Amino acid sequence: MLAVLKLRKTRNWIIQALFVGALAGIVIFGIVTASQTMQSQGMTSGFGFLFRSTGWPISFSLIPYGFGDPYWKALLIGVLNTLFLAAISLTLSTLVGLLVAVLRTTRNGVMNALGTIYVDTFRNIPIILQVFFWYAVYTHLPRPREAYDIAGTAFLSARGLFLPGLNVTGLSAFIAIVSGIAGIVLALWIAHGRRFSRKEPAARRRLSWGVAGIGALAVMAVLAAGRIPDTPLLSLPELKGLNFKGGINVSPELAAMATAIAIYGGAYLAEIFRAGFLAVRRGQIEAAQSLGLSGWDVFARVRLPLAIRAILPTLTNQYVWLLKATTLGIAVGFADFFMVVAVSITQSGQTMELIGILMAGFLTINYTLSSVLNRINRSIALKGQNIN
Amino acid sequence: MTATSHIDQQETARPAAWDWLRETFFASRLHAAMSLAGAILIVAIGWQLLDWAVVNAVFSSAGGPEACREASGACWAIIDARWRLILFGLYPHELHWRSATACIVIVAVAIASCMPVFWRAARLAALWIAGMASFYILMRGGLFGLVPVSEAKWGGLSLTVFIFSAGVLVGMPLAIVFALMRRSELPVIARTMSLVIDAVRSLPLVTILFTAAVVLPFVLPGWLQGDKLYRVIFGFALFFAAYQAEIIRGGIQAIPPGQDEAAKALGLSYWHRVSRIMLPQAFRNALPPTISQFVITFKETSLVIIVGFFEVMASGNAAYGTGDWRFAYIEVYVFIALIYFTFAFSLSRYGAYLERVMRVGKN
Repeated sequence: MLAVLKLRKTRNWIIQALFVGALAGIVIFGIVTASQTMQSQGMTSGFGFLFRSTGWPISFSLIPYGFGDPYWKALLIGVLNTLFLAAISLTLSTLVGLLVAVLRTTRNGVMNALGTIYVDTFRNIPIILQVFFWYAVYTHLPRPREAYDIAGTAFLSARGLFLPGLNVTGLSAFIAIVSGIAGIVLALWIAHGRRFSRKEPAARRRLSWGVAGIGALAVMAVLAAGRIPDTPLLSLPELKGLNFKGGINVSPELAAMATAIAIYGGAYLAEIFRAGFLAVRRGQIEAAQSLGLSGWDVFARVRLPLAIRAILPTLTNQYVWLLKATTLGIAVGFADFFMVVAVSITQSGQTMELIGILMAGFLTINYTLSSVLNRINRSIALKGQNIN
Repeated sequence: MTATSHIDQQETARPAAWDWLRETFFASRLHAAMSLAGAILIVAIGWQLLDWAVVNAVFSSAGGPEACREASGACWAIIDARWRLILFGLYPHELHWRSATACIVIVAVAIASCMPVFWRAARLAALWIAGMASFYILMRGGLFGLVPVSEAKWGGLSLTVFIFSAGVLVGMPLAIVFALMRRSELPVIARTMSLVIDAVRSLPLVTILFTAAVVLPFVLPGWLQGDKLYRVIFGFALFFAAYQAEIIRGGIQAIPPGQDEAAKALGLSYWHRVSRIMLPQAFRNALPPTISQFVITFKETSLVIIVGFFEVMASGNAAYGTGDWRFAYIEVYVFIALIYFTFAFSLSRYGAYLERVMRVGKN
């Protein structure tokens, strides 16, 4: 018996079996305790509650929602809000990051100093403090009656930013935005993609403009179809009573979250972009300059593409990390996925199921984002070359 | 002879400085314009800040909120009036000295562990265990005639410092175990561990803290639950460990394989190879990312406000949220930001200094 134990292979098997057994034991122990706790509190487990109506409001939603709507719809709204906020704030923070990185890598002392001050200041202050700060700033703006008037069409007040909008249904607005973006991306791809480089330049240009035109027509058609009857197409915010009516309202919660993530994330992304710019060898830039490319072309066609290739794996991690920062919405009352789950838990008491949904949701979102970015990384990697 | 060489040096030094100035600020007409615009921007912002924070500011709370409303500058009077609330939270007023001393002890221990003298596992452990024990006795009381204060009343800066240091202290050994398990030769253990680490890393910290505070009581029997504070610290430690394990793993992988092979050839056991050969080198390799992980973790302690702790962020919210001080929110946030900034910035500067001294992370 002892001789058997001394065999490395047997010992390894025993260790692994013990490990799996211990893990399974912990999980079973947890499940048993949870079911006991739930029994003693008179609760039933299961996902049936997803089809019960919620009975509570959600402060911000992209699709129509009422008190009578079921839990699954509330959770879906949470996911959509998280994705919506992430799309806005990741785009903004990328722009901020690029700008600051360019400032920090120019050969100009004052610009370098500006970039360094920015990064050192905002990277060393917790993001939740920045969220609270911007929320306090936005909610301390003047009341709607004394709102800042921007050219008579947009208004800035403690209730948020009011912009002119269109009187269309939310769904058609969403489809219109998607088809507009698709048209632009497709047109740009035809104009610049390698796939179409064999076409005649004139035919290529015609095709590109044609696709852009079709996209624009599709946008107009969708908007016309989704128009709310008996209203003017353009909806301007108007002061009615104590608040504005009409137009698009960017709530202080959304604005505070987007501002804070853009500023904080921008400081982190700037450092990554800077590392990327520094990783591009001087010879590459000098070669581009000696070919007579303009300053913008050197940046957009040589420096940025090479830098992106050097940093995309790091950038992927950072984007996933910033996406997770959207969960801070609960601090100011922005109805992101986490906040909807937290409210659902207190309202329905289905703790285990909802935490499971929350974790599965975040794992899916983050896994999708990182696998998409990793695919891009693989497909744009320069084969057989090391640019560092 | 010495006099002439001195003059030579001076003559060569002056154009060099001038060249540097010209190259950094006035390389071309565009650069000169950019420098000028940037300088004007910096001076304008700096002047505005100075004007707001010092020249027109109200520093004393003697005049009450009314004095602030009349002044156009910052209202530091709120800090003067509420600094105890911000720094100590709900801790009993007459015992604030204990909270302050406990906080200072931890900061002193943290500074001491930045000194190379203490960079031995045993010394660091002894230092931190002594520090945490004295912190706990000071805060909790009940020993040496100190009045007991329950964890529910802990708050302010000392709670922030406690959650950070306890989280890191529990998380660091956990991270080493995670990293070693993930590198294990046994496939089941390695796979399970990488699954766990990746799952924890892709969840937001807020959800883990929320799970620790709200969900754990469901799956744990009463005798295992402990105070909410310790459950949240455990969640915090788990999150830190998942990130730190990957940093340590990176440090281990950067060690040339010859090191481990040589140790094996000498017949050292697994534990000797790990503790004497691998980990010391891994920590040296991983020092810069570890420090930046510390900085990130320190800032993330502020998230415990979401599960209802009264740390410095929450007490700051309370400081301007009540009474007549509602308008003075910017001053409170600036004050708290300065506290976080002091800790985070000095830690990251220390990391940058170490990186320079050790010349690691440069390849």
